[in-house]
Amino acid sequence: MQSFNIVVYVFAAIIVASAALVAFSRNLVYSAFALLFTFFGVAGIYVMLSADFLAAVQLLIYVGGILVLIIFAVMLTHRISDVEISNQSLRPAQGALILIGIMAVLLGVIFKTQWSLEGQLEYQATTALIGDLLLKKYLLPFEIVSVLLLAALMGAAVIVRKEVRGEQSGGKS
Amino acid sequence: MRYFADWIIENLEFTRAIPSEYVYLIIMVVGGLLLLLFVVPMAGALTFVERRVAGKMQSRIGPNRVGPQGIFQFVADGVKLILKEDIIPTAADRRLFKLAPYIVFVGSFLTFAALPFSQKLIAADLNIGILYIFAVSSMVVVGIIMSGWASNNNLSLLGGMRSAAQIISYEVPQILSVLAVILLTGTLGMQGTIKAQGWAPQHWFLFHNPFAFIAFFVFFISAVAECNRIPFDIPEAESELVSGYNTEYSGFRFGLFFLAEFANVYVISAVAVTLFLGGWNTPFYLPTGIWGLLPSAVNLAGLITFLIKTFVLVFVCMWLRWTLPRLRVDQLMTVGWKYMVPIAFFNLVGTAVWMLVWGDKSIAALLGG
Amino acid sequence: MVSVEHYLILSGILFAIGVIGVLTRRNAIIVFMCIELMLNAVNLSFVAFARHFNDMSGHIFVFMIMTVAAAEAAVGLAIILAIFRNRETVDVDEINIMKW
Repeated sequence: MQSFNIVVYVFAAIIVASAALVAFSRNLVYSAFALLFTFFGVAGIYVMLSADFLAAVQLLIYVGGILVLIIFAVMLTHRISDVEISNQSLRPAQGALILIGIMAVLLGVIFKTQWSLEGQLEYQATTALIGDLLLKKYLLPFEIVSVLLLAALMGAAVIVRKEVRGEQSGGKS
Repeated sequence: MRYFADWIIENLEFTRAIPSEYVYLIIMVVGGLLLLLFVVPMAGALTFVERRVAGKMQSRIGPNRVGPQGIFQFVADGVKLILKEDIIPTAADRRLFKLAPYIVFVGSFLTFAALPFSQKLIAADLNIGILYIFAVSSMVVVGIIMSGWASNNNLSLLGGMRSAAQIISYEVPQILSVLAVILLTGTLGMQGTIKAQGWAPQHWFLFHNPFAFIAFFVFFISAVAECNRIPFDIPEAESELVSGYNTEYSGFRFGLFFLAEFANVYVISAVAVTLFLGGWNTPFYLPTGIWGLLPSAVNLAGLITFLIKTFVLVFVCMWLRWTLPRLRVDQLMTVGWKYMVPIAFFNLVGTAVWMLVWGDKSIAALLGG
Repeated sequence: MVSVEHYLILSGILFAIGVIGVLTRRNAIIVFMCIELMLNAVNLSFVAFARHFNDMSGHIFVFMIMTVAAAEAAVGLAIILAIFRNRETVDVDEINIMKW
């Protein structure tokens, strides 16, 4: 399974590099577009972990939905003509210290735990299994989450709509 | 491709020396290249066909100089696009400007991996086929916004934003209408969907029940909107925005946008044929396995059937384009959210009720007893 | 075969990058993106565990997290836009009117 490992590490490298670009780039737009590669890499890792349905859903929700929303927000909160948007980062030294601290804790936990060795698992189609679980064992969370989505939809519409009205009464900006 | 790889490993002596994973790898790369060799000339030829069709519809001639009836026009256009200077505006963001066309093209090319061509001719018969197609094509939106932003041009940015708004709006009714078919088949795989249909029109999902019939039109209209074609072409409305998000592009990069657009037209037609029009089911019975595999007559007949159906739908797209006027932005959103989405929801519920009452029997099966 | 530790380390790195971004960046949208990174890191470890223990419940968790992330994106970005319209800034240090 040499080539399998190589593919996983390539995806991992894509994720880490683009995530670093998201968090540390001076250009806001670069951050937003680097997020595309992070999401894509995570979807790739999902495929390698035999979570095919989740990989497709990851692309559909994150890339097709959330990322587009984020890019819209970036563009609406700045003047259209600004291609170069710089933004400062604060206290990088303390930040690096915290980074090292978190990494130390996480790595410590990961290496201290004895992971039971599993045999080679077969790849299986997960779609039917997920549907089964969602409509039987996890029916209540499923319904709650659907209500949450509806509430979020209406909430977002209300927040943005109010502003439009205020603008109209207060004169056009 | 999987069948093909297995067949090669079984039957060709020299491959046994190499580990099977490398054989699979090589086969997949070759398969990808073959697909590319199909997509690029096909999309190029479609540009020529579109111009000729437009000419006929408007009582003029269209390109007819290069070769007999002008059929080499697209080769000439392609050569011209590749040889032209690749201009990057000084005000543009160079890195994103260069990257955007590739993301758009990759997004639309990746969908071909799950598109069926015949009984065995499919790059990868994924068990999440239709979901995969929608998932990877959502990358196109990001590429389009990227190109609009990076051009640093008001018209491009407006085109990119309009396109993104349009695509994410019409994705909702498109996926909802596909859900009606998924309810009927119980599978997300493309080949499984085709196998659930028969060769004759009354066995297609189009005529399965009234809701599926409406779902087809919802799907097709939303899909045309996703491709940014007239009557939904406000992202590149020539009379308002010059050319929309690809205004600043020239040469090879513009060619990539162009290829992606025509490849998308093929993709939506092929998906519509797969889901609603019976796919590669041939109208007559053919003995399977004459030579056992790919070049068999069954596959060839299936391939021809599939391509004929698909190109008929592609022609319908062109027909729409040269017949209808363009919608305004507000009309576009009205059509999308106030008509398409409710109709798609109605279809979904209707199909579920149909399944509850009659199971997966079609109208033809009910009438036939 | 890559073992579960490798995926967890990757998830840890991604999470740490997200945390650092939230702590050091001042633009609300970047902070938002870094939160998405952290959610992705958590999803990654859920899927890795689901594979490791051969239990589909991890996938359901990821499903729920994705839904919540989508809801969060809609509401969060709407709030950021509303703040930008009122205050002409998305700098989290300047949005301090609630501070007493």
